[in-house]
Amino acid sequence: MSPEALLNIGVSAISQGIIWSIMSLGVYITYRLLNFADLTVDASFTTGGAVSAIMITQGYSPILALICALIAGMGTGFITGFLNTRMNISALLSSILAQIGLYSINLRIMGKPNLPLLRVETTFKNFSEWIGLRDPFSSLILGFTVAVAVVCILYWFFGTEIGCAIRATGDNPSMVRALGVNTKNTVLLGLILANGLVALSGGLLAQSQGFADMGMGTGAIVIGLATIIIGEVLFFKKNFMLRLFGIVFGSIVYRIIIAIVLQMKVPSQDLKLFTAIIVALALWIPNALDQNRARRARKSANKELFAGDQDTNNGGASHA
Amino acid sequence: MLNIKHLRKIFNPGTPNETMAIYDLNLHLKPGDFVTLIGGNGAGKSTLLNCIAGVYPPSAGVITINDNDVTFKPEHKRANYLGRVFQDPMLGTAGNMSIAENLAMAARRGKSRGLGWGISKEEFDQYKEYVSRLDLGLENRMSVKVRLLSGGQRQALTLLMATLQRPDLLLLDEHTAALDPRTADKVLYVTRRLVKENNLTTMMITHNMRQAIEFGNRLIMMNHGRIVLDIEGEDKKGLEVNDLLKRFAAASGEEFDSDRALLSM
Repeated sequence: MSPEALLNIGVSAISQGIIWSIMSLGVYITYRLLNFADLTVDASFTTGGAVSAIMITQGYSPILALICALIAGMGTGFITGFLNTRMNISALLSSILAQIGLYSINLRIMGKPNLPLLRVETTFKNFSEWIGLRDPFSSLILGFTVAVAVVCILYWFFGTEIGCAIRATGDNPSMVRALGVNTKNTVLLGLILANGLVALSGGLLAQSQGFADMGMGTGAIVIGLATIIIGEVLFFKKNFMLRLFGIVFGSIVYRIIIAIVLQMKVPSQDLKLFTAIIVALALWIPNALDQNRARRARKSANKELFAGDQDTNNGGASHA
Repeated sequence: MLNIKHLRKIFNPGTPNETMAIYDLNLHLKPGDFVTLIGGNGAGKSTLLNCIAGVYPPSAGVITINDNDVTFKPEHKRANYLGRVFQDPMLGTAGNMSIAENLAMAARRGKSRGLGWGISKEEFDQYKEYVSRLDLGLENRMSVKVRLLSGGQRQALTLLMATLQRPDLLLLDEHTAALDPRTADKVLYVTRRLVKENNLTTMMITHNMRQAIEFGNRLIMMNHGRIVLDIEGEDKKGLEVNDLLKRFAAASGEEFDSDRALLSM
């Protein structure tokens, strides 16, 4: 393979990672901050792609299409939040219900299972012309700009009074109620925000890859979890801003791994299995490392403490 | 101040597990009252506090705080009037947030929350001073996550949070029961100081009879969902544990049966 082709693959993996990272930031809000297992994501990602694609084919501006994708995604978050907080259906179940229902809605938005964006303007094409760079590089710059903006907005929002209340809801809802906050509203708001970001990510992906299809969101939640965990294991956990950037980097790492796997001629239908295995490992490894560290510390401490006992009584050799 | 009329609470009504936790309870608290609430297991003390706080709705009766009917007001709306400290030190604070952030959220109890910054520099310095008065050495750890604190430290912090915005009524649900004796003493000391400084109307559940006698101006003893003793003022001052047991037996027709309360005398 030529160095140029390799560079192209690398850069497009990174820009894909950045586009998907916006989805992962949404998943972070529900999974880590709200402690809400939100499976809406698989459907709301597609909703974003569908809205974005159909609006472009109808002749609307690509940027307006992205804004509408964001709003539609917020709507999907509202549905899950309503089911959970107003109809008292459990978190997992209400998001599954929303996901199933949205499947039909997404199909209606697109009108058919696959919507190609041929010979139409997209945000990425326009941007590429505007700054005069060719594709994977221009996508990289645009994606990075959007991701940085999203990270900054999230950092600001979760530092505000409302943002603090949302974070505390995932931590200790009964305390939050005792301090005068309606936790139903904080959960609802968190879901709206999260799924808005997920759909924005889906809308960007549709414009970047040049099509939207019904399967584009399948497994998105798992990819989001993988990204968050890779980000947390490999990158900084120091403060909130760095955590958010860690997710963006985690997403890039994930896409690079996928690109490598594809280069190794793994058939693309096996990718989902591969993703599931990565996530299972990523969930398990930090745990295993902790346990291993504790065991080693115990061993060396015992060695030291029992060393003096050897000549006085039966010895401590077996206390490992 | 607090007025409870014919309060009744039945759990699992209409099922074989039906329990009448509170039978028919009337209680009136004057502003500045410090009530200690004592009773055996299942007497209904915690249920009473939870009904006042709105954790669950009562099965019958009316609860008013400062002439506002709060009987069916949701928990977060009653929070305007109430400061609360729970038995479990984990329940009163958000473990993944810093000491300062927890206090900042408590300072906004009963106020509307907007998009202003969650904590300002002036607030931070002010909280630091409040925290230093707890005398737990936490003032230099304001940005530390609360989950790294000990149970006693978390309870003291929760107390400070509950009183940061002066509550009309402070509810303490056995807030020292999960602590070791020395830490419990320290938290009780803080309790006494904060209640006195802010002249707070307080209800404190305790299982320790000496504590119930020593603290407050009024002692209420519950049994099987009823108030059986209500001792106030001068009458309470000369009280001894043995008097209390005798009067309990006379009023309820049975011996006081809480081993925990008797053992911790």
